[in-house]
Amino acid sequence: MLTASCCYTDRRRGQLAALSIAAVVIIVGVPLWWRTTETYRAWLPVNQINELANLQLQLSADVEVVFARGTVTPEQQKKVPTQVVISLCLFCSSPLEADLSLHTLSESPCGSLVVYVIPESSTLLPEDVDVYIGQRRTALLRIGAQMRVGRTLEQLLAHLEPRIKQVLQVMSFSHTDITAALSDRVRLSPGNKESIADSMRAFKSSPGYEITFSLLNPDPKSHRVHWDIEGAVQTYIQPLLTKLAPLANFSIDSQTLYYAMLGVNPRYDSSRSAYTLNSDSLAHVINPVEARLGSNAASSNPVLNFLLYVPDAHHSPLHIHDHKKQEVLSNAFHSPRWGGIMVYNVNGFYGPEAVFPVDININMAKVMGVFLAQLRLLLGVQSSAPPPGFLVAPCSSTGLADWELDRLMWSRTVENVATATTTITSLAQLLDQIGNIVINDNIAQQVSSAVTSLQLAVAELEAGNLGFALQYSKEAILASERAFFDPSLLHLLYFPDDQKFAIYIPLFLPMCVPILLSLLKIVSEARQKRRERQAKKD
Amino acid sequence: PSLYLGSISFIIGLSSPGNPKDDFQEELVIRPLHSGDIYASFQFRTVWETDFMRGNKVSHYRLFPKSLGQVISKFSVRELHISFTQGYWRTMQWGQPFQPSPPGAELWVWFQDSVTDVDGTWKELTNVLSGIFCASLNFIDSTNTVQPSASFKPLGIGNETDHRFLRYATLPREIVCTENLTPWKKLLPCGSKAGLAVLLKSEKLFHSSFHSQAVHIRPVCQDWQCKTTSWELRQTLNVVFDLHNSAQGKREWSLFKMFSRTLTEACPLASSSKIYIDITDNPQGEQFEVSPATPLLSQAVVLGDRRTFSVYDLTQQITFGTVRSLNLLIRWKSSEGDMLRPLLHAERYVAGYGLQTGEIHTLMYNNHPYRSFPVLLLDSVPWYLRLYIHTLTVTSKGKDNKPSYIHYQPSKDRLRPHLLEMLVQLPPNSVTEVTVQFERALLKWTEYTPDPNHGFYVGSSVISSLVPSIVAMDTNSTRERPLFSSFFPCKEESSYFVRVYTEPLLVNLPTPDFSMPYNVICLTCTVVAVGYGSLYNLLTRSFQIEEPSPGLAKRIANIIRKMRGVPPL
Repeated sequence: MLTASCCYTDRRRGQLAALSIAAVVIIVGVPLWWRTTETYRAWLPVNQINELANLQLQLSADVEVVFARGTVTPEQQKKVPTQVVISLCLFCSSPLEADLSLHTLSESPCGSLVVYVIPESSTLLPEDVDVYIGQRRTALLRIGAQMRVGRTLEQLLAHLEPRIKQVLQVMSFSHTDITAALSDRVRLSPGNKESIADSMRAFKSSPGYEITFSLLNPDPKSHRVHWDIEGAVQTYIQPLLTKLAPLANFSIDSQTLYYAMLGVNPRYDSSRSAYTLNSDSLAHVINPVEARLGSNAASSNPVLNFLLYVPDAHHSPLHIHDHKKQEVLSNAFHSPRWGGIMVYNVNGFYGPEAVFPVDININMAKVMGVFLAQLRLLLGVQSSAPPPGFLVAPCSSTGLADWELDRLMWSRTVENVATATTTITSLAQLLDQIGNIVINDNIAQQVSSAVTSLQLAVAELEAGNLGFALQYSKEAILASERAFFDPSLLHLLYFPDDQKFAIYIPLFLPMCVPILLSLLKIVSEARQKRRERQAKKD
Repeated sequence: PSLYLGSISFIIGLSSPGNPKDDFQEELVIRPLHSGDIYASFQFRTVWETDFMRGNKVSHYRLFPKSLGQVISKFSVRELHISFTQGYWRTMQWGQPFQPSPPGAELWVWFQDSVTDVDGTWKELTNVLSGIFCASLNFIDSTNTVQPSASFKPLGIGNETDHRFLRYATLPREIVCTENLTPWKKLLPCGSKAGLAVLLKSEKLFHSSFHSQAVHIRPVCQDWQCKTTSWELRQTLNVVFDLHNSAQGKREWSLFKMFSRTLTEACPLASSSKIYIDITDNPQGEQFEVSPATPLLSQAVVLGDRRTFSVYDLTQQITFGTVRSLNLLIRWKSSEGDMLRPLLHAERYVAGYGLQTGEIHTLMYNNHPYRSFPVLLLDSVPWYLRLYIHTLTVTSKGKDNKPSYIHYQPSKDRLRPHLLEMLVQLPPNSVTEVTVQFERALLKWTEYTPDPNHGFYVGSSVISSLVPSIVAMDTNSTRERPLFSSFFPCKEESSYFVRVYTEPLLVNLPTPDFSMPYNVICLTCTVVAVGYGSLYNLLTRSFQIEEPSPGLAKRIANIIRKMRGVPPL
């Protein structure tokens, strides 16, 4: 009996010891191990990011419709007590003057439009023109005869609505614009080929662009070419860039490259006694030149290259031919999202008896006209044909109308929002999938600020504040890219699990197996005892 | 003492046609060496009358390369010197080079005093330069960057000498090859299409004993009055071809043999394009003959020595002769004659045994027969060699030689290297030995290079000095000179600036067996598991005396009885 009780207390003690060891391991050991080996992951606004993933964009633009005298009947006028009816510019002879005088009348913020409705009998617009689009954010709309039949103002406005919609599509944004802006980021149903090509041509939205003009002189032995690029940039390019300043930062530089060859040998056309470059071979021109152009050492913004190629004396004149074997008048072509090349023949500047090297001054007005047109295309200032009955004011001296800038800003804002959203959501996905990545506080902060800016941008778009929306969307892009490309994300990315197990097994296996076994034993004994007790009761 | 003198290199015949905004010159100096090797030194110089410093944005480039111009204006660089060298310049065999450089990569930059965060700018600059030159300059960080207080003074104009704006770093391990040469050639206005640069073919240049290419950018004076500044870009390339390797032991050199090309034209953009052949040791043509012969001779004082050169002007059509191609031929007649020993040279080695301590020895030779002169010694030693600065000794001719100036900055582990600068007077005709002991540190296992048993490099020591000129030493007036000029040695020629680099060191550090961490983990875990297991058993098991088990016969009997249904025994 004595031995039995001694045995029992001994067993009891053993069980207690095993239990307390297990308790220490679980309460102290496991948390300690967990805390010392976990990777630091700062909190991310996952819910808001998930909300961004299926984002509904709503764009609204303020349109102000102003009725000129003689376009509304008195009873219609009564219903709109706040409406100011202006008799406009009686003495204006041309729509351009009217546009300018109207602009001085009311300064409209960017993103908004003012449509002036003028009477049918007005001689301001030519006969077949219904809508005139000015250089600012104004349009003149001639009221049609059938539109006057409506009794009430609502009916009148309903009559005007399709026209105003058209004006809006030309001056602010259309469905195709937005589709094109989103096409890189969001897979939509393919639109028509034309708009896709347009969207592929323009550079993607970026907070800054580097514009590089390069003069390629493959034959410095024969031609000593001079160009006044500094003056030309000041005269032709700078006004446009000043106008575009709210969109992005631009920096301009130029260089002269000698012995820079084109990638293809032009073919001699004896009928024209000139060398020709076919449109098929243009694709191969750029590659060898690009190696010489050099990347921008000082920034990582996209570079727009404009090359002026002066053919060597033995291969002049050189003409570019289009698909129909016709000479291209400008003798230039552009490469989507890369830049433009212009061939400048100089063989006409000197006679056959000239002494080499010949000094040649380049006519910068001619060159810059081509480059400016290409720059507009590459920046995405589209000049799509207006619908019938529309007359668009000629370009001002800056080369860009206010509403064109607005159009660009609309599509850029949408593009920025889409880009930032995809960056942030894919970053969140990545971090979710790979648990090894360390998320530092500064990354979390960048992500949060990107999300906040995105939400603000979307809200501003909805409210129609284009300027603020663009600003916030730029901030969102910057913050999201900074978070995505932060090098600290890479540190522990490739720390494989099998190495962890190789380190843990030698320690954990011999320690945990006895604990587990004794726990199992205790449980089974306890169960057996209970069963015995039950049997006894029965 | 001011040890700075700007004229390391020489320019002969600076012609400026009209008033160009930028100007390009190219030249090649060939010096036949007494060992039978041949030394070719290219220099391309672009001078641009512009000012990067005044904040006005310079962005229209013609001859000056755009990439370097952008670097200068973005990082507010006042002076930039970068060199890539493969091989070690053997001063005792070859004499002094025109542009000295240490093996590997060397970069030193003076920033403008408008830069506030010099270290940050330096880091960004090294990253950009590493992209431009396809080199591992991005490995320059605070652990191998120093700010020398006296050894590297600006070579261009400007009197700002606050060394807070100076950064100096070397990468002795850097291997230089074609990928560094191609971007270097791209900076030339004519590329490798015309002019002297057509000779720069990488398969020949890198099949040589020594190859060094460098880029130096500095502000210089526009004219003698020095009212306005220009920017000067000098691209230099030095190469030594080996007699046995490249010439199969024949003492005969030609442009074609060296570069596998001949010259047909000058670069049309160059205002001057010349080849110089050093014929100082060959006044009567008794050592070697040069063909085609040229009537043009030129004299210049180079590194304190008056040298005579034959000049070939590539801008003159007559240089190319009737075959319209120039292939200079240098044929040795005798292999006798001896080179004048260089007045200053230096060497360095590591002494000691074992993997715990060692000693760095630097030997500086003054070969001048009767003049002593001071030298500035710069040593930058990585932190993992812990210098015992109290063991620093400087001895010459068996006597203690007390340096008159010591600037020592101790290292910080994983942060900055040791910097030791000393001004030492070298007695005439002597060897001065500088020794300092060090202890090797243990690195963390991630800090070892992929081949740790190869050893760790310590960059070259830099010795900068104003050396008395040989011209001044030349007291026997056998040379034809006007009598009035030969009584007092001319001041400018009495000493010249020279910079000598020693060999880089290769030091072995204690290297662990890299499977060791895992072995240690396994071993300690086993020990812990055994100890823990027995303790656990002691604590949880209960021990009781068991009755001795019945014998085998009894057990068998019991089994049989069980089968029969009889109670066991």
